[in-house]
Amino acid sequence: MSARRGQLLFEGQDWDFDTIQRIYDSVSRVAEKDLKLDTYPNQIEVITGEQMLDAYSSIGMPLFYKHWSFGKQFVHNELLYRKGVSTLSYEMVINSNPCISYIMEENSATMQTLVIAHAAFGHNHFFKNNYLFKQWTDAEGILDYLEFAKGYVTSCEERYGQAAVERLLDAAHALQRQGVHRSPRRQRLDLKAEERRETERHLNQEQIYNDLWRTLPRPRNSAGPAPIDRRQALLDLPQENILYFLEKTAPRLEPWQREILRIIRLISQYFYPQPQTKVMNEGAATYIHHRIMTALHDRGELSDGAYLEFLHSHTNVVYQPMFDSPHYGGLNPYALGLAVFEDIARICMEPTEEDREWFPDIAGSRDPDEVLKDVWANYRDESFLGQFVSPRLIRKWRMFNLADRVDEPALEVDAIHDERGYRKIRRALARQHDVGWRDPDIQVVDVDLAGDRHLILQHNVVSGVLLAAADADSVLQHLADLWSYDVVLREVDPGSGKVLKEHRASPKHPHSTSASRP
Amino acid sequence: MHIIDRRLNPGGKSLANRQRFLRRAKALVQRAVRESFKDRSIKDLDRGGEISIVRDGVHEPTLRGSGTGGDRDYVLPGNKKYVEGDTIPRPIGGGSGGIGPDAGTGSGEDEFRFMLTKEEYLSLFLDDLELPDLAKRRLTSTESQGQHRAGYTTSGSPANLSVIRTMRNSLSRRIALKRPRPEEIARIDEEIAKLELLGDAEAEGLVALRKERDRLVARNRRISYIDPIDLRYRRNEPTPKPVAQAVMFCLMDVSGSMTEHMKDLAKRFFALLHLFLTRYYRHVDIVFIRHTDLAEEVDEETFFYSQETGGTMVSTALEEMLTIVSKRYDPNEWNIYVAQASDGDNMQYDNPKAASLMADSIIPLSQYVAYLEVGREEDPMPSGSVPRRSDLWQTYEGIAQANGRLAMRKVWHRRDIYPVFRELFHRREARQPGTQV
Repeated sequence: MSARRGQLLFEGQDWDFDTIQRIYDSVSRVAEKDLKLDTYPNQIEVITGEQMLDAYSSIGMPLFYKHWSFGKQFVHNELLYRKGVSTLSYEMVINSNPCISYIMEENSATMQTLVIAHAAFGHNHFFKNNYLFKQWTDAEGILDYLEFAKGYVTSCEERYGQAAVERLLDAAHALQRQGVHRSPRRQRLDLKAEERRETERHLNQEQIYNDLWRTLPRPRNSAGPAPIDRRQALLDLPQENILYFLEKTAPRLEPWQREILRIIRLISQYFYPQPQTKVMNEGAATYIHHRIMTALHDRGELSDGAYLEFLHSHTNVVYQPMFDSPHYGGLNPYALGLAVFEDIARICMEPTEEDREWFPDIAGSRDPDEVLKDVWANYRDESFLGQFVSPRLIRKWRMFNLADRVDEPALEVDAIHDERGYRKIRRALARQHDVGWRDPDIQVVDVDLAGDRHLILQHNVVSGVLLAAADADSVLQHLADLWSYDVVLREVDPGSGKVLKEHRASPKHPHSTSASRP
Repeated sequence: MHIIDRRLNPGGKSLANRQRFLRRAKALVQRAVRESFKDRSIKDLDRGGEISIVRDGVHEPTLRGSGTGGDRDYVLPGNKKYVEGDTIPRPIGGGSGGIGPDAGTGSGEDEFRFMLTKEEYLSLFLDDLELPDLAKRRLTSTESQGQHRAGYTTSGSPANLSVIRTMRNSLSRRIALKRPRPEEIARIDEEIAKLELLGDAEAEGLVALRKERDRLVARNRRISYIDPIDLRYRRNEPTPKPVAQAVMFCLMDVSGSMTEHMKDLAKRFFALLHLFLTRYYRHVDIVFIRHTDLAEEVDEETFFYSQETGGTMVSTALEEMLTIVSKRYDPNEWNIYVAQASDGDNMQYDNPKAASLMADSIIPLSQYVAYLEVGREEDPMPSGSVPRRSDLWQTYEGIAQANGRLAMRKVWHRRDIYPVFRELFHRREARQPGTQV
């Protein structure tokens, strides 16, 4: 880092657009020269508090279709804000290209610097480089797609009535979490690949050819695959993306209804990486803003006063109350992420014996930036915490694992910060951040095509946690209305195959064609 | 990098969603609003405010794991004294509550709280009520004249000139009459200049061209660019507007027999009526007239809080009101509403006079007269028994039957006020036509 004494970027609280430009240039110098971040082009938008409230209620997106649930969100946030229960966040950033960061007009100049470093460079770098975002979200197209979605929903409202569209959206929202593909699907082979595969198969056949097989008697009934297999193959089952399944196979939906289901599904997919990378995303942005602000201060571009103001707000953000404190509300993703990243940097620079043993690949590599960038690009919360939480951090935070077993009368301290506990704690921590464990595993498994066409879903129960019953029943009702025939959801213990609980629903007001036509 | 200032963008982006939410939860919100009326003082009746509705009514279900049951692990920071194998009693409240990362989400809160603006509050509060005989039939001439656009005319003041219409007419006239375009003349000028350069001033072509040019210029001059015939002016038509002002007379008996409780009832009724009127009229005056056996106009404070002694003569108040009307509120310009509150006592010999004043003078010039008889809180109201009918009640009853503009109700308790009010002003399908003024 150069030790050149620079000109102060600003003095006092006030800022104008020239100040923002100066701040941005300075921050981007540090981000690009020192940290070598790779970001989308930035677009910074100054907004008011009221506009921030608006943005909250449409999940931060600048445009969104209309639905009462966003209004509900809005009135709720408004009350919290008016009563001073919660303050508005300083910024909001959208994973798009160009990357849009909203900054609040009330922020002081120091806060604007922090916010630009945090959002326009921290989050931006993460969005552009993390594999989950790369794989699942289309930063180029999202705003255009939302515009299309908004227009499409509006035109449907005009044509089919607000009530019908609202009901459909209610149903789709209820299934939104089951509207994502959790793993990449099989790509259709192109002709060349197909040909190559064919020749390989042929070759293989020739190699293992043995005339002896010909002499074996044929099995009696080789009438093709069993009916269930065939049905599953036809309907592409089992299918965990329920909205996708409905869009493609629900027997009685109209084309516009399928399109709306598709819109909800794609938007849901776009947001899917966010909860999976919460700790990393916030941790990375926090780590980056801390580095940048410190660098600016070192260069003399930030005054001591401004730097203290920054530290004050920074420490508020990364405050982690202990479990017995009345303020405890779970692990703070900002604090946890930052702590692990700082720990990784330390391990790279000055590893202890223990670190060398636990992290042979990175200990003492003396290039923390490269290591961190690799981590930011290739992990999500679960894998990241599972691999980079060090014993030292566990000791520092004095973490312990509390086991709540259904057949035990009391909770048990399962592991503490000692030699035997590190791996257990780390595994439990990773699991706590794993969507695979957090979200229930629900799949469409079968349709009774020969009988009354009822749809069969299965919830593979993990460690005995059933679905919240009241909610499950209302969602199932929505599902039945979409499917227009009966729906069954079985909660099954995957080990024994035993059905633990069964929910059923019959369509009451199907969204189907006959009902809506006069 | 772009910096964009969005602060001046039109606000209220969430308004549509907010309205959808209110519509969705209308039944719940309305009930909550009406219940909140009980706890509010009259002064802040017309303010917006926080209300809470049942969370279930606006719940959005999802498929999610239940908060209880099953095996769970929690990694927590800040271990002070635990060692491996220690046990901690399960927190009371069952299941995991309290320490788990899910604690506090999902269940627990069963109320959804939010703020309503003043407008939203009032419109929900007074929804499906309407004023009887909303507007005066006779209109005043001066103030209530409005203007509205009504097509175009061929004459008018220059300020009202419609440039677009005028130019459109001018263009079509120029095309129809084949007015030569300036470019044409310029082109001929150019050709003439070219030929003149060649030197042969008297060449045949040149002469013809000059002639043509003169013809075009003459035609150009004859057919003007804008002719008076093209002119169009925006026309405004005066429209009568209904009188948008109302006066509300509050009459109240303040003799010794009226208790604080009765006055409170009356006050609530007056407050509601005032609130309601302000929704329909731009300007609402209130006149307070209190009476014993003498009537006088007073201010609000005195009206509600000072005690007087004396007999009761209702007719004095009615007379006082008529005097004020004749002095200040011309019935042709003001919509007059009368609300009278009393415990029903009146001097025996005053009743005929009050009745005739009411029937012959007050009702014809008012839009609506409401008589509210207030009873003691502890008044016995055994179901089935016929309540004693007061002097005034009997007096007015005959008038009320003959004339739809007088409405009368009796209330005993605070909680009855709003229902009675609603009953009086409930939107009616078909109203009887009132007598002509």
